[in-house]
Amino acid sequence: MTPGEPLVRWDWVANHTGEIGLRIGEHLELTIIAVVLGLAIAFALAFAGLRLPHLYPPITAFAGILYTIPSLALFAFLVPYTGLSLLTAEIGLVSYTLLILVRNIVSGIRSVPSEVRDAALGMGYTPRAILWRIELPLALGVIFAGIRVATITTIGLVTVTALIGQGGLGYLILLGIQQFFSTPLIVGATLSVALAVAADGALVLVQRSLMPWTRVR
Amino acid sequence: MTLLGDVAGWFADPAHWQGTHGIPTRIVEHLELSGLAVAVAIVLSVPLALYLGHVGRGGFVAINVANIGRALPSLALLAFALPIAIALGLGLGFWPTLFALVPLAIPPILTSTFVAVREVDRDVVDAARGMGLRESQILRAIEIPLGLPLILDGMRTASVNVVATATLGAIVAGGALGRFIVDGLALQDYPQLVAGALLVALLAVATEVSFAAFARATAPAGMTANP
Repeated sequence: MTPGEPLVRWDWVANHTGEIGLRIGEHLELTIIAVVLGLAIAFALAFAGLRLPHLYPPITAFAGILYTIPSLALFAFLVPYTGLSLLTAEIGLVSYTLLILVRNIVSGIRSVPSEVRDAALGMGYTPRAILWRIELPLALGVIFAGIRVATITTIGLVTVTALIGQGGLGYLILLGIQQFFSTPLIVGATLSVALAVAADGALVLVQRSLMPWTRVR
Repeated sequence: MTLLGDVAGWFADPAHWQGTHGIPTRIVEHLELSGLAVAVAIVLSVPLALYLGHVGRGGFVAINVANIGRALPSLALLAFALPIAIALGLGLGFWPTLFALVPLAIPPILTSTFVAVREVDRDVVDAARGMGLRESQILRAIEIPLGLPLILDGMRTASVNVVATATLGAIVAGGALGRFIVDGLALQDYPQLVAGALLVALLAVATEVSFAAFARATAPAGMTANP
């Protein structure tokens, strides 16, 4: 960022493709672990909330409080206990996915028309079969909307985990700030946005293949 | 818990309550930065959103802005803002952080204001038009009051986001409450780190709660039964 220096020095980029690839890999890994774990926990919480409706408001209230706490503050609370570790990063990242995922799973399943449920019951479906073969497939659109938002949010938050030593594209951004060198700064920021857009696109494709009936226009 | 004791001790130290590095100064810095960012975002987006919502055009713009806004990581915004602030000769700290916070605040405000106006019952708007209200009167007397809860909701989302993200300003040598966290991490000073996190979390929750109270207080009569 010294005068006369270009915003992006392509020779630096060319010499650091290995490092950039590594950071993209770390970023994806942190994101995938968080979304998969978040999804598993969210399904458990959502089923608990559906089975015992009086549990649902406290579950969303708790997830809402977690969601309101700024990411850097949440990591800071955890560092004295779990250190500058992957565990700290993932506890924080998973916490942020819960509100969106639980809400979308529950509202997706609740939006299944009761006539459909009654028809399935009349055809002899067990409650378990109704959940897996009727309710979840019909709720999949809303659930996928939640997964897309959670994934994009997580990709953004993963940039912050570089501050607690977990690499990812945020590492390049911090490197640029520390060295007052705009190239890694711009590369890290651009790639993290590109990664979010690409992940969203990929999830749309997965959703279409899982829900072939929505492709008919 | 020895850490909690240390954190309490950190808060009890009078030195942490005084001067340019004290808690009150940092809170004021945090609120100034966040308040200015939200104010600029409101000025930039509310008039446009009200107009688009009133004439019922540009829905895809409003929705796309929201989607793009969600895909922009806050640290990436700060990364883009830093070279701009440096090139403009505004230096580190306050200005690059402000430049990063404004685009963060625009999408929720723009989208919810647009939707708020758009979603007002068209029959009510037609009735007002039939009674001879001018378009500007319809906007002022019908659409804005009826859309107010949703408009405030967007501002609340934006404000909570901005208060949370203003913390990151400390990475580019800014002040505000992030200072305690970033310095605490760098020095491995856990009492300072946790105290800073506590202050930021409380400020974010306070922002959320005060907006909710404000929204309840300003909700038009007859809408409160159906929040």
